[in-house]
Amino acid sequence: MSAISYVYTFLFYAAAVLLVGGLVRKIYIYAKTPAPLKIPTTPAPVTRAGVVYRMFKEVVLFESLFKGNKPTWLFAFLFHFGLLLVLIRHTRYFVEHVPSLIAMSQWAGIYAGMAMVAGLLGLLARRIVVDRVRYISSPSDYLILLLLISIGLSGLGMKYVAHTDIVQVKAFFLGLLRFDWQNLPSDGVLLVHLALVAILMMIFAYSKLLHGVGIFFSPTRNQVDNARERRHIADWAKPLDKSSGQ
Amino acid sequence: MAKEIETPEVKEYLDVPHIQPGVMQGDGPFIAKPEHQEPLGFPGELVPDWQNKAIDKLGELKSKYRSLQLFLDICVKCGSCTDKCHYFLGTADPKNMPVARQDLLRKVYRRYYTIWGKFGFTRKLVGAQELTREVLDDWYNYYHQCSECRRCSVFCPYGIDTAEITMAAREILDSVGIGMKYTNEIIAKVFKIGNNLGLPGPALKMTLEDLEEEIEDDTGVKVELPVDREGVDVLLITPSADFFAEPHIDGLIGYAKVFHEAGVSWTVSSYASEAANFSMFIGSYENMKRQAERIRKAALDLGVKRIIHGECGHAWRAAYSFWNTLAGVGHGGDDAYSRELQKQLDPAYPVPQHICEFTWDLIQRDVLTLDPSENDHMTLTFHDSCNVARASRMGDKPGGQFEIPRNVIKAVCNNYVDMPHHTIGEETYCCGGGGGLLTDDLMEVRIKGALPRMQALKTTMEGKGVTHMAAICAICKTQFSKVMPYYEIGMDRIVSVHQLVSNAIKLTGQED
Ligand code: SF4
Ligand code: SF4
Repeated sequence: MSAISYVYTFLFYAAAVLLVGGLVRKIYIYAKTPAPLKIPTTPAPVTRAGVVYRMFKEVVLFESLFKGNKPTWLFAFLFHFGLLLVLIRHTRYFVEHVPSLIAMSQWAGIYAGMAMVAGLLGLLARRIVVDRVRYISSPSDYLILLLLISIGLSGLGMKYVAHTDIVQVKAFFLGLLRFDWQNLPSDGVLLVHLALVAILMMIFAYSKLLHGVGIFFSPTRNQVDNARERRHIADWAKPLDKSSGQ
Repeated sequence: MAKEIETPEVKEYLDVPHIQPGVMQGDGPFIAKPEHQEPLGFPGELVPDWQNKAIDKLGELKSKYRSLQLFLDICVKCGSCTDKCHYFLGTADPKNMPVARQDLLRKVYRRYYTIWGKFGFTRKLVGAQELTREVLDDWYNYYHQCSECRRCSVFCPYGIDTAEITMAAREILDSVGIGMKYTNEIIAKVFKIGNNLGLPGPALKMTLEDLEEEIEDDTGVKVELPVDREGVDVLLITPSADFFAEPHIDGLIGYAKVFHEAGVSWTVSSYASEAANFSMFIGSYENMKRQAERIRKAALDLGVKRIIHGECGHAWRAAYSFWNTLAGVGHGGDDAYSRELQKQLDPAYPVPQHICEFTWDLIQRDVLTLDPSENDHMTLTFHDSCNVARASRMGDKPGGQFEIPRNVIKAVCNNYVDMPHHTIGEETYCCGGGGGLLTDDLMEVRIKGALPRMQALKTTMEGKGVTHMAAICAICKTQFSKVMPYYEIGMDRIVSVHQLVSNAIKLTGQED
């Protein structure tokens, strides 16, 4: 195995540990921290099923963002939906026998990659052009966008400009999964693409990218509106209850 | 305070302003004195080790409130909320954009509670910042330019509610000794006397007796407004402004007439003569609970079966969403503490029940004799109060909080027109005086923050012939009667919903 393959092997294991470890830690924190008061943004569903529907619309259609800002919604939707298809397309690098559905949808992955980059460029433009959004942006907000754009462009680059040995790439990732390490082709674009992906994995659980899991825990969106019918109380608040004498 | 306040210009459409950094920089509202702080359990003045204490308090709060922990983490700075706050739209100060308001706290969180805050370089990348005196002062100033109205949370893809952040920030400020005079003085008054005004029991009785006389002079019918009457069915909890302020008191007369006609026995309590719960504004769970427990105690002492709530927005939020949690005032409790009260309450009625729910039910059952032509000299519109709209409900169905008050108004008035849809319902604009900002030392914030509502009202008055706006919130009513003149709208153009009911209702035996 080449030296660079060892470096990338290590890099991806480290990235995976940081990603999974960080997410598990955050999910644990969110799950154990109570929402001591009923604070759904109303009108809110009055049943659990209603909450599932509300959350579905939020996660899949970005309903609130649609209400709030149409251009941002469009760019965000292009990006996320594109990303989803691209990720599905990429599963072919991680499973031995590619399910036919995924094999058949490979062509869509390319357009998805373009949609993804277009959406990201739109988001970046908004961040620069709209004075309000520029005001609230930190360097990290630009860097994350640039990181994603670079990942997208380097990925598309391998499709159209500098092809790489994808059979060997697949062997490398299957090797990572089986702890049977394999060589990685040492093409520049591929190495850049993968290094950026590793960085993205590393920062995911320690940055605003956490919104991907955080949304499910958002009390303004996931609570049932039934405060009058059920007593909702956090563990830390229970000892404060003392019978009437006060 | 000598600064000349310029009333914003009302245009045909509400423009989103270009940002003007620093225009609302200032010292914030008056700071609470030790005698306002201590009854609430807060230090009387800035504590010596305030920096560490504030950072620790932030840590404590984020471990008690998932909202705070989560909202500090997951904002992606998408900007969807940036043009949704009435204080930003009215002032153009970028720190009044909801996300920027959150960032005042978030940058300190990032400094002390995230990995990025540990190194000088990464601090700059993520905008993490030390908690300095300037930052603390910025907190005090800008967290008192938020009315906790939740409009921003409607448009946030993750439901981030800046009100939660503002409450946490105010609690941190209180815990290091910098409280807000207006809210904290009032809360202390409730603990001492029973209501925000400091109106003692005997004075309350006299006021209500005067009202009984007034109604009798007016209608020839004796309508009672009982105080501390035991064994009645209903305890009425209403904001104390209903006992003396205009147009609130006309609403109170309306409730009394409705109870009278329904033949439901009721009382107010001199011990719990306040629906308002200003402890919510300062995010203090303990004080909010102490306030709510006064309702619980009054209900137990008077032996009532139902609790009905008067016209007030934040108070209805506290009642509807929090009373059950805080003091077991509701249904469905399975612990000894809540059962103690709940076994006495009638399960056939929601607890608490809003006066609009109560009246609407009577109207549907044809119990009231109404003559809507009594309100023909007016064309009405309705201001959805922020806390009613986005933090509570009426009736069984989501959105009942929009329909039921409108149904009541339409049943008692012939002329009704809504304001533009993006300014009502869940997208309603706050009056500009909510969240504990209803004080003269924040007049500039209040006038400018009222701009979006004034704009909507004015265009509806000019285009659709609306003459009056009805509301169901004591704070809205007071705020509007104060700021409407700045926008060249008469202060008498704000009315109570139950004032309209009062006008239209024909009491049994009433001659005319
Ligand atoms: S809660 Fe209301 S006042 Fe506060 S930032 Fe959000 S929109 Fe503005
Ligand atoms: S809408 Fe939500 S995620 Fe977007 S900037 Fe505002 S608070 Fe952040």
